[in-house]
Amino acid sequence: MKILVGVKRVIDYNVKVRVKSDNTDVDLSNTKMAINPFCEIAVEEAIRLKEAGIATEVIAVSVGSSASQEQLRTAMALGADRAILVEAEGTVEPLNVAKAFAKIMAQEEAGLVILGKQSIDSDNNQVGQMLAALTKRPQGTFASNVTVDGDSVSVTREIDGGLRTVKLALPAIVTTDLRLNEPRFAKLPDIMKAKRKPQDNTSFADLGIEVKQHIQLDKVEAPAARQGGVKVGSVDELIQKLKDEAKVI
Amino acid sequence: MATLLIAEHNGTELAPATLSALTAAQQIGSDVTVLVAGADVKAVADAVAQCAGVSKVLLAEGDSLAHDLAENLSELVMSMASDYSHIMAPANSVSKDTMPRVAALLDVGQLSDITAVLSGDQFQRPIYAGNAIATVTSKDATKVITVRAAAFDKVATTGGSATVESISAPEANSHTAWVNDELSKSERPELTAAERIVSGGRGVGSAENFALVEALADKLGAAVGASRAAVDSGFVANDLQVGQTGKIVAPSLYMAFGISGAIQHLAGMKDSKVIVAVNKDEDAPIFQVADYGLVGDLFEVLPEMTEKL
Ligand SMILES: Cc1cc2nc3c(=O)[nH]c(=O)nc-3n(C[C@H](O)[C@H](O)[C@H](O)COP(=O)(O)OP(=O)(O)OC[C@H]3O[C@@H](n4cnc5c(N)ncnc54)[C@H](O)[C@@H]3O)c2cc1C
Ligand SMILES: Nc1ncnc2c1ncn2[C@@H]1O[C@H](COP(=O)(O)O)[C@@H](O)[C@H]1O
Repeated sequence: MKILVGVKRVIDYNVKVRVKSDNTDVDLSNTKMAINPFCEIAVEEAIRLKEAGIATEVIAVSVGSSASQEQLRTAMALGADRAILVEAEGTVEPLNVAKAFAKIMAQEEAGLVILGKQSIDSDNNQVGQMLAALTKRPQGTFASNVTVDGDSVSVTREIDGGLRTVKLALPAIVTTDLRLNEPRFAKLPDIMKAKRKPQDNTSFADLGIEVKQHIQLDKVEAPAARQGGVKVGSVDELIQKLKDEAKVI
Repeated sequence: MATLLIAEHNGTELAPATLSALTAAQQIGSDVTVLVAGADVKAVADAVAQCAGVSKVLLAEGDSLAHDLAENLSELVMSMASDYSHIMAPANSVSKDTMPRVAALLDVGQLSDITAVLSGDQFQRPIYAGNAIATVTSKDATKVITVRAAAFDKVATTGGSATVESISAPEANSHTAWVNDELSKSERPELTAAERIVSGGRGVGSAENFALVEALADKLGAAVGASRAAVDSGFVANDLQVGQTGKIVAPSLYMAFGISGAIQHLAGMKDSKVIVAVNKDEDAPIFQVADYGLVGDLFEVLPEMTEKL
């Protein structure tokens, strides 16, 4: 079984983003970029399934500018066998990303697609579900456990009230939550080796997809800043402030 | 055209998030129809019908809707989608699972987690863990939207007199089967609905020590929350995680013990009315958002506070 994994290039999660002074967008110039953390978890899960003999090949897929090759190389250093870059400039909306994955999933006859649950830049949480709807294949979102058993996969999902397990017929789409696994680090020799792994470039036009704009970005602003508070010296003072000043207890 | 809002409930009761999402839905300016779907949810539909500003309630009951499976719920929504210009739901684990499917099947985009309705097609939503607020315009004929409940006031649960109309449930999708649920049981208020929250982080140290956090929470009638580090370390269950990728809360009082204040955690709680932080590191970033900060050892502060309240 082939596994496709989504690898999105995003701002490093440790970096606090700044809004451009003309309010057109956030400023990503000279910003440290990385693999979206949820995609790292997806790559790790796919590699473990290959190590367990369940997957035959792991293919990392990214939709974005040529700079995303850096993240695809990292995915291959971690253990993905090859990579596909769908070249596109600027922000690509989730529905267009999902359409690209649907085409590649069909071309590659993938048995499982593992994506992150959420991009930490756009905070959309959409692509996996959209892909499942477009391909009419079952979805297991926000996964904290994935067990492949023959022609089905059991997925334990993190839901609002706790955990829910569903069983999906393969091919299926899984999106990762934080507790699915702890991603490994790429080792230097593997980073060298990854340079020789194959990477294909394609485009929306090559895939036969008409890119549509659904959502227009009008303005980006910094959120209202909180007023700085005060330090209190003791528990007594804290209780007094909460009672008399804030009136919340 | 009208607006369709999908109600959040636990099978027997309407979730407060629905009341906040109703405010957002009413700001669109059209009639609001509420869809209540589940196995046996007549009581929820009756409660929704009483809410202020609801024009109509659609009640869909059936086995295929028992476990909120997105495949079946999106099928149900699609069967009525052409009657609505806006399809909305409070952002929760069911709508996050379902609504992008509806959007894809309609070939439209989705607006996740909106925090303001500027007009029928212009909205605001946080991006980059709430470090930026985007104003966006939907260019689609049908708008598919999830609503951040914490950003909207709740409508009144009385004053309405909408009719309840029963509709049929879809066939169950054969590719997906529900296996089981392991739901957390707690007598405490639900995190996203609580007026007060006491949260613990890595500094709490262990699952046993979390009893100190719980004791203060019980004294205050508060819900218990946690940072990702506390959840990953196994101190508490995953559904208590507050943050960018956990639950978004905005209670009157949020108290953080042994939480450093990473941007991902702040994303989930910085809109709380009053924030208290207790941390032994005086430079912890959490103090930058705290109304009241106390530099100290949580193992001393927690018991003292619980005792003195
Ligand atoms: C993709 C992604 C998503 C994430 N999503 C979330 C999320 O939704 N929610 C979330 O919370 N995090 C999230 N995180 C993790 C986040 O980046 C931080 O790692 C996490 O919030 C840290 O938790 P913490 O503050 O409990 O731990 P730490 O950062 O380790 O802080 C512990 C604090 O406890 C204090 N302390 C220790 N002992 C005591 C004592 N005895 N008394 C008083 N203070 C004490 C220390 O001074 C320190 O400030 C995410 C990370 C990633 C990469
Ligand atoms: N441009 C992209 N390239 C590759 N994968 C993507 C892209 N956008 C989204 N994804 C995948 O879809 C997941 C969810 O993204 P989103 O719906 O944007 O929050 C991400 O974690 C990725 O795995």
